[in-house]
This record gives sequence, C-alpha cells and structure tokens, in this order.
Amino acid sequence: MTGRNLPPLSLHVPEPRFRPGDAVDFADFDMPVAGAVARPEIGTAPAEMRDHSYAMVRVLDDQGHAQGPWDPRLAPETLLKMLRHMALVRAYDERLYRAQRQGKTSFYMKCTGEEATSIAAAHALDYDDMCFPSYRQQGLLIAREWPLVDMMNQVFSNKGDRLKGRQMPIMYSARQANFFSISGNLATQYPQAVGWAMASAARGDTRISAVWCGEGSTAEGDFHSALTFAAVYRAPVILNVINNQWAISSFSGFAGAEATTFAARAVGYGIAGLRVDGNDALAVYAATQWAADRARGNHGPTLIEHFTYRAEGHSTSDDPTKYRSAEESTNWPLGDPIARLKQHVIALGIWDEERHAAMDREVAELCKAAQRESEALGTLHDGLKQPFDSMFEDVFEEMPWHLKEQSQQMRDERKAAGI
Amino acid sequence: MNMIQAINSAIDICMGRDDEIVVLGEDVGFFGGVFKATEGLQAKYGKTRVFDTPITECGIIGVAVGMATYGLRPVPEIQFADYIYPALDQLVSEAARLRYRSAGEYTAPITVRTPFGGGIFGGQTHSQSPEGIFTHVAGLKTVIPSNPYDAKGLLIAAIEDNDPVIFFEPKRIYNGPFDGHYDRPVQPWSKFPESAVPEGYYRVELGKARIVRPGDDVTILAYGTMVHVAQGVVADAGIDAEIIDLRTLVPLDLETIAKSVKKTGRCVVVHEATKTSGFGAELSALVQEHCFHHLEAPVQRVTGWDTPYPHSLEWAYFPGPVRLGEALKRVMQD
Ligand SMILES: Cc1ncc(C[n+]2csc(CCOP(=O)(O)OP(=O)(O)O)c2C)c(N)n1
Repeated sequence: MTGRNLPPLSLHVPEPRFRPGDAVDFADFDMPVAGAVARPEIGTAPAEMRDHSYAMVRVLDDQGHAQGPWDPRLAPETLLKMLRHMALVRAYDERLYRAQRQGKTSFYMKCTGEEATSIAAAHALDYDDMCFPSYRQQGLLIAREWPLVDMMNQVFSNKGDRLKGRQMPIMYSARQANFFSISGNLATQYPQAVGWAMASAARGDTRISAVWCGEGSTAEGDFHSALTFAAVYRAPVILNVINNQWAISSFSGFAGAEATTFAARAVGYGIAGLRVDGNDALAVYAATQWAADRARGNHGPTLIEHFTYRAEGHSTSDDPTKYRSAEESTNWPLGDPIARLKQHVIALGIWDEERHAAMDREVAELCKAAQRESEALGTLHDGLKQPFDSMFEDVFEEMPWHLKEQSQQMRDERKAAGI
Repeated sequence: MNMIQAINSAIDICMGRDDEIVVLGEDVGFFGGVFKATEGLQAKYGKTRVFDTPITECGIIGVAVGMATYGLRPVPEIQFADYIYPALDQLVSEAARLRYRSAGEYTAPITVRTPFGGGIFGGQTHSQSPEGIFTHVAGLKTVIPSNPYDAKGLLIAAIEDNDPVIFFEPKRIYNGPFDGHYDRPVQPWSKFPESAVPEGYYRVELGKARIVRPGDDVTILAYGTMVHVAQGVVADAGIDAEIIDLRTLVPLDLETIAKSVKKTGRCVVVHEATKTSGFGAELSALVQEHCFHHLEAPVQRVTGWDTPYPHSLEWAYFPGPVRLGEALKRVMQD
C-alpha cells in the first residue's frame, strides 16, 4: 500500500437534518402535488411502474379537496367512519398513555400522526383479509371494531387478558378479527404474511394478506426474504412500510433513505411499488384498494411506502426531545392525518366543527368507559391476576412431563413459602 | 427401505391422507431434494404442494409459519442442519412461541426436516449437530431417528403433531448402519431388520425411547448415528451394556433412562455434537438428579470436541469406537 499517492478514504455516517434545539426548515421539501400521479391499471407490469416508487400518491390538496385519478370517491358514510376511527385511535392512545404514566401498566406505544396508515388501509381491505401487523397498527383493530375493553385487558395484563398476561402491552392477538399475534422481534411477520398469502393462493381461496413494518425494520433480513418469496410466487400480499422517519433515535437514513425511497425496494424484486402520502387517508385508502384489487386479480404483490411522521415518542420508554428537534412534528409538511380528513369532509359540506368537537368528546367518553370496565378486571400492578399455573400452559399442545413436574414444583414452593 | 426411502414414504403417506400438508425447501420439488428425500412427491401432488424455494432459510421457515397460520401443515426442508442458523429467529421466536404468546389462538404445526451430523467429509459447514440449541428452546420438539423403521414412524408422528417439530436426519446412516470405523463401509440397510418398513401407515410415538439391546453392566444413551457406533463397540468389546436409543430429545423418555440406569448403576452418554452445553450435559444432569444413589461411577460423556468440525481430520473429531471404548472402560473400572 505504501507509495500509493491516494487520498484517504472516508466513511459516510448518516446524520439527520435537525437535532434538538434546531429550528426546522422544510422549505426545500419537494411537496408533491395532489392528484399529479397517474393511476395505472391493476395488471400493470412492475417494470412499468418504476416511477411510482419515487413519486408520491396524494389525493387531498392543501384546501382539503380530493384531486386526480387516485380519488377513491368514497361515500360520505365511509369518510365519516374513517374519521371517527382515526379520532378513536387517538383518544385510545391518549388514555392508555396516561394509564402508563399513572403506573397502571408497564409500557405503551402511540401511533399519533400515523392513524391513516392503518385505519384507511383497514377500510380498503375486506374483513377476512389477514393482517400481519407490527406494534403500531392498533388502528387495524379499531377499524375492525374490536372491543376496546379487550384491547385494554391486554395492555393491563389483567384477568380479562385472553393472552394470559404473557405479552407486553400492545402486543395484541385477535384471530377472530384476522389480526395476527404481534411479535416483539422486528419484521418476522413479513415472511409469515407472504406464506399466508401463498397458502391462500395455493388453496384457490380469495382472501389476501397485508403486512406492516416500520422503515427501520426494512433493514432486517426477514424483510428481504419476504420480498423474494412474494415476487417469486406472485403472492397476493400487500407489503406496507410505514416510513415515520424515525426508528427510536435512528433517523430513516440508517435504513437507507439517503440513497433511495423505501417503495423503491420493490424495484429490484420486480414488485409493484407505490409511495403514498401516509397522512392522506384517501391516498392510503386508494393505494390499498389498488393493491388489494391487484392481488385479488392474481397480478401479485404490492409494496406501499406510507410517508408519514411519528409525531410522538417511540414508546413510553422514549424521550424524543433528546435526539430530534421539537419543531419537526409540528412543522411536518404533510400535516396531521385527522386534521386533513376533517378539512376534507367539512369542505364537502358533510361535517362541521361542532360535530367534530362532539365526536371528540364522545370517543373520549367511550375510551374512559372502556378503561373503567377493563380496570375492574385489574391492572398490571394491583396484584398479579393471572393464575400462576397458566405459565406452563400452551408451551405445547399437551403438557409434557417435565413441565408438569416444574409446575408442581412451583406450586409446592409457593405453598411452603406460604404464598 | 433405506432411511431416505422411509422418509419419502412417510411424507408421501401423510400427504395422501391430509391435503393440508405441503413440502417446501431448496431443490425439494422437481429434483426431489439433494438427498432425494422428496423425490417423486411433486409429480404426485403438484407444484402447489411440493415446491422449490429461494435460498433464504429465514424465509423458508417464516413462510412456513405463515402457511401454518393459514391452516396448512408445512414440512419445510433445510438442506443441511448447518444452514438452520439463518432461520433460527423464525424457529425460536416465532414457531416455538406462537401458541404460547397467542394463548392458543395461533399455532405453528410445522415439521422442519434437516440432515445433520458428520462422517461424509462435509467440513465445518456440512457436518454439525445443532440439536442442543433446539432442545434449549421451550415449545419445540426435537426428534432424531436411528433407522428406517423409526424414521418413517417418527416422521409421521411428527407431521401429525400439532407442535413445531425439528426432525434431524443422521445423514451418515441414510443408506445403511455404520459402526463408526471409518475404514469399514456402510452396510446397506437391506441386510438389517430395521429396513423391514411397512409400505403403509404406522406411527412411532414421540417421547418413547427404544431399548436397542438389553444389558446389566452399563447404560449407553445414544441417538442417531451414535446408536450404531455404540452397538459396534459393545459387540466388539463383549460388554453387557444396555443401549438406549432416545429417538426424541424433547419430549424425553426419562422413565426408560432412569429405570435402566438404576438397574446398571453406570451410564455413558454419547453424541456427535460438541461437548460443552451439549445435550449430553442435560442427560448427565438428569441421570444424576434421578439416579444418584444407584450410580457406581460418574456419568461419562462421549462427544465431538469443542471445535468446529474439521474436514480432513473428521475421523479424529468423530466420537468413534475408540473414544466410546475408553469411556466404557473408565466407567466399568469404578
Ligand atoms: C429484531 C429486533 N431488533 C431490535 C429491536 C428493538 N427495537 C424495537 S422498535 C425498534 C425501532 C423500529 O423502528 P421502525 O421499524 O422504523 O418502526 P417504528 O417504531 O418507527 O414504527 C427497535 C430497534 C426489536 N424489537 N427487534
């Protein structure tokens, strides 16, 4: 090496644009125009859709008017129902966030600012389509009108928790709602969703599956394995990436955002890719509907990047003021998904401020009532409500001798200790 | 039948009885698998039930878990056990715990088949015995046959089991038993009674060991290829050893083990995997816990060394007749 007259190499380490204390300036944010992106036929070959991975599907303009070919032209009832579900998710998050702060549970995760990405998607899917969520898609359950009390029971790990207090809060499972059990290991649900879709296709079923992960999680191997499988077998699956800009304290650049978009991950695999404004409920709905029709028509998978912003901390264990500018969420150029849909329905003349305020009060009351009902079954800290024996159940279908022995040992120990 | 044919027959019978069973893995379809375990199945059951996959083990197992969630019963093949590590997370965090974490809402009844073990000059990436890693994981069953009859019956039981099962196939004895002397050829299975495999359906229950040879002096606990090594050593040395083929490590047939050790008072554990934290450690601990007052000598472990599996020196790595013979001598002297 000696004697080579070359400049030293340097390592590029990504750095976010704004850090705590910085004034944010999104002036150079290239705001895509609502209605500008073409809507391809559902059978379009992925190779012809390359541009869709770099553009951004937007339907709602700054005045709240729906624009262009992606306008899903939803009935007023559907629009108002989506609005209500989004408001309900926000109210639900608010309640449980406070419950965590009051020490009633160990942990909580909000999806503030990302409500459209799960609510509008759920509305565009059929109820019997199978969802493989990550931990920030409580909106799927809300949109499927799953009982709030049941969700809260899980968060509180109380007597009513169908999961027997085994999962961390927010790791729901609801088979009847076609909602898969949430894993704490990022991206593992990705190949599983593809496998489910492959099975459905192999069986000549008509149901499809949909899966969600964060942009940070796209760096996991499972994500790439899943895309390979999805492309190879043309699996009827919708692969959602929620790009909320942050993975705990790591900005999206650490998952590759400086070099390309997340929708463009689809290009190399020969999958249709769509990039949508994730704070635009109509765009999310339209993209999901397009992808669902495509899947149902045996045209294969679609990867949808939902470009959004995580308006709050990663979880109750996180303090985002330590690593990002406080102004980011308030100045986010794509706005707030609830405010934008509200503006739209008001502009349509089917909604007004009074009704909105009344709805906010009503969903807050609903959550309060559900919390009361759930807390009557206990919260995490007012005594461990799960029967101790249940710890040994469900490891195997039938309990083998060594678990029977250990469960007996536990009972004996507790008895001897007088507890 | 040899062991490959027995395995093929087991899958064939299961697929014929239950159309929810699907087979997936690298090269398993048209080609029938690199060891030919799935030969003919695609032609018989079609491409949507037996199909080749991309080379991504985490994908294979992840997809299998998803298919199981849908309601199928996937039988994925990992081409060599050495390549199971990329799939480890899907096995450990997903398949094994799905029933538990969803309180029974979702299950993953998959049977992961994989050839394992050395003796074929496979070097350090085609010879490993990772069974101990899986026995450590709550929620997985671990099965290892030692002969064609058991392979078929155990595999049928594994495929029908509603829990995720890892089915390790000792590749050194796919074609015939092998006494561990590297200079002696593998005998074709056709010469041995265990190759009398019924064409039709039968099960060998998981969790039941087999007494290969009754004896009074010492208990040898073995599985897979090591059962044959033990048989060879005992025959050569004229020791009245009781050889137990464990057949399944989880669930384990402790009753048969304890009964035997209480009778003989001596125990030697033999496996091919590395020694430290290997399944032999678990077996010795269990024997010590349950048979301490009957023991006349410390339990001996005969294992591979705590090194990767070497290519050219594989016979020095392999816990063959010499190493087992020495251990038997030690345990008999006490
Ligand atoms: C395999 C794995 N590695 C690390 C973690 C720890 N972890 C939990 S959430 C998270 C960030 C995920 O970010 P992203 O995928 O962007 O989703 P977001 O939280 O932004 O919705 C990390 C690193 C984990 N749960 N699983």
